[in-house]
Amino acid sequence: VRLIRRFEERAMELVRSGEIVGGIHPYIGQEAIAAGVCALLRREDIITSTHRGHGHVLAKGVDPARLFAELAGRTTGVNGGRGGSMHAADFSLGIYGANAIVGAAGSIATGALWALRRQGGDQIAVSFFGDGAVNEGALLEAFNLAALWRVPILFVCENNGYATTMPVAGAVAGSIPARAAAFGIPTFEVDGQDVAAVYQVSCEAILRARSGPGPVFIECSTYRFDAHHTYERRVRTDYRPADELARGRSRDPVDIAGARLDHRQRQAIDAEVETTLDEAIDFARRSPRPDPAGALDHLYATGLKPRLHDGSR
Amino acid sequence: MTVLSYRKALSRALADELARDPAVFVLGEDVRSAASHITAGLAQRFGEDRVIDAPLSEQAFTGFATGAAMAGLRPVIEFQIPSLLFLVFEQIVNHAHKFSLMTGGQTQVPVTYLVSGSGSRAGWAGQHSDNPYSLFAHVGVKTAVPATPADAYGLLCSAIQDDDPVVVFAPAGAMDLRDDLDYSRLQPVPFGVGTVCRPGTDVTVVAVGHLVQDALAVAEQLSDRASIEVFDPRSLYPFDWDGLIGSVRRTRRLVVIDDSNRSCGIGAEIVTSVVEQVRLASPPRRVSRPDGAVLAFAPELDKAAQPNRRLLVTAIDEVLEES
Repeated sequence: VRLIRRFEERAMELVRSGEIVGGIHPYIGQEAIAAGVCALLRREDIITSTHRGHGHVLAKGVDPARLFAELAGRTTGVNGGRGGSMHAADFSLGIYGANAIVGAAGSIATGALWALRRQGGDQIAVSFFGDGAVNEGALLEAFNLAALWRVPILFVCENNGYATTMPVAGAVAGSIPARAAAFGIPTFEVDGQDVAAVYQVSCEAILRARSGPGPVFIECSTYRFDAHHTYERRVRTDYRPADELARGRSRDPVDIAGARLDHRQRQAIDAEVETTLDEAIDFARRSPRPDPAGALDHLYATGLKPRLHDGSR
Repeated sequence: MTVLSYRKALSRALADELARDPAVFVLGEDVRSAASHITAGLAQRFGEDRVIDAPLSEQAFTGFATGAAMAGLRPVIEFQIPSLLFLVFEQIVNHAHKFSLMTGGQTQVPVTYLVSGSGSRAGWAGQHSDNPYSLFAHVGVKTAVPATPADAYGLLCSAIQDDDPVVVFAPAGAMDLRDDLDYSRLQPVPFGVGTVCRPGTDVTVVAVGHLVQDALAVAEQLSDRASIEVFDPRSLYPFDWDGLIGSVRRTRRLVVIDDSNRSCGIGAEIVTSVVEQVRLASPPRRVSRPDGAVLAFAPELDKAAQPNRRLLVTAIDEVLEES
């Protein structure tokens, strides 16, 4: 939780300094969800994430140095600098990518897990998405397929109250868990600010998915402490009342988790996190930038070379 | 020699690939009962776990195939209606196509999208008669439009064996073609290799899909007054530019006939790519659907919006006269 928090804070500093181009979608306030769910996953279990994905991929085991390098567009980044903040992937860790099209990854994770199990695997999958995604038809179709074909995937909805600036009340008819329940999917609801609660519910959900078999749905209530995107600071949007912000921020997942540790333990973790991040940022800064000549490398798995700007090959 | 129909060629390619590689499976709507005939007998022969009927959830099952492909399988999705590609353009373009580059080459997405019956089937009207191949060529998804039974077999096999997503458009207008073929000589046809179906010296006619047969008929019809070379690109992306440029350098005249809409259609790309490299003896011509065409229902109207032999003859006459 602390690592994700400080990663995001440091990343926002790098956005301000111009070292990260394009900005990020900070996960601050929601860290307990990624940490609580992913603590139960094995290396071979798979996840898909979202545009707000740093927390999920860090919790699944991505090296913070290679994630910073990715955000900074360096060749040592997890995607070689070709994905950036919204598309971090590490297939060696079962991370089938952060995906910036809201609701689209649910069917991809379902298909990937179905295929792995068909080939003899015993993995499970977690597809993370936000409250905005529950209004995407493609995701609801994925719920149906996963339930129909009994794919043991956890659909984890992080309800942070807003799809960009659209409040849940203005966007969701009915209730969020009822969306999944309509497909016969067992649903859980949990306080997404408390990592221990998320861990416990996820544990129950994973056991259920493994023995079910079939999908399980968890709605995590949470609050996004910062902007939808760092760009928001420049456009100065004003869609959340001050008292709501204060109330939301008062339940800080880092403090809730930290309060369960003794002071010295917490200090040690905090210090370790700072060292890790210092080294990670240093690694990213020292890493080479990509050669522009390789802008279309990896476009085709077969190595097909497209014609260039002037038609030359 | 045995007679092979275009439809049977597709079935045979599916069966051969299912038999060759256990990672291959077929997914789609009504594929077990084979509503389009293409998948007939496959569920019985290979089992229902390799020929999978999906609910009417095109977006989800197309995304599902992307995931399955990244996890090591080779899905083949059959779309019996070309216009369904508009529903899944998102899943194919934003995900399947982009993942290799976006992940820095960590993954590949070998999915085949087989459109069994693209273009007009006469009487199917506005939402069943599209030919959206130019869109896929534009975004850079590998796109094949086989014109003959042998190419239908060969290009579909290549698509399934390819490590990237590939859309194979089987034109409704070609589905009833039959050829005498030696089955033992059927083989995969590589992408980006066109073929000169009829050699000639006066004009190169590039024809796409079922229109290859029309171009050959017109070439024969006009043979007393012009020597017409018919070039079938077979795949639109990648495109055999070297093959086409070689042909036009000889004939120095160009006509393109393709059954997609005119503005930003593949015909525009073909003409442009040629004139960038070859000085032609006369201005080139395109025969296409009109700009932004929507095929209307009544047979006269349906036909009126499609390219035809009469328009092709006129275009050929013009490029010959203007030199």
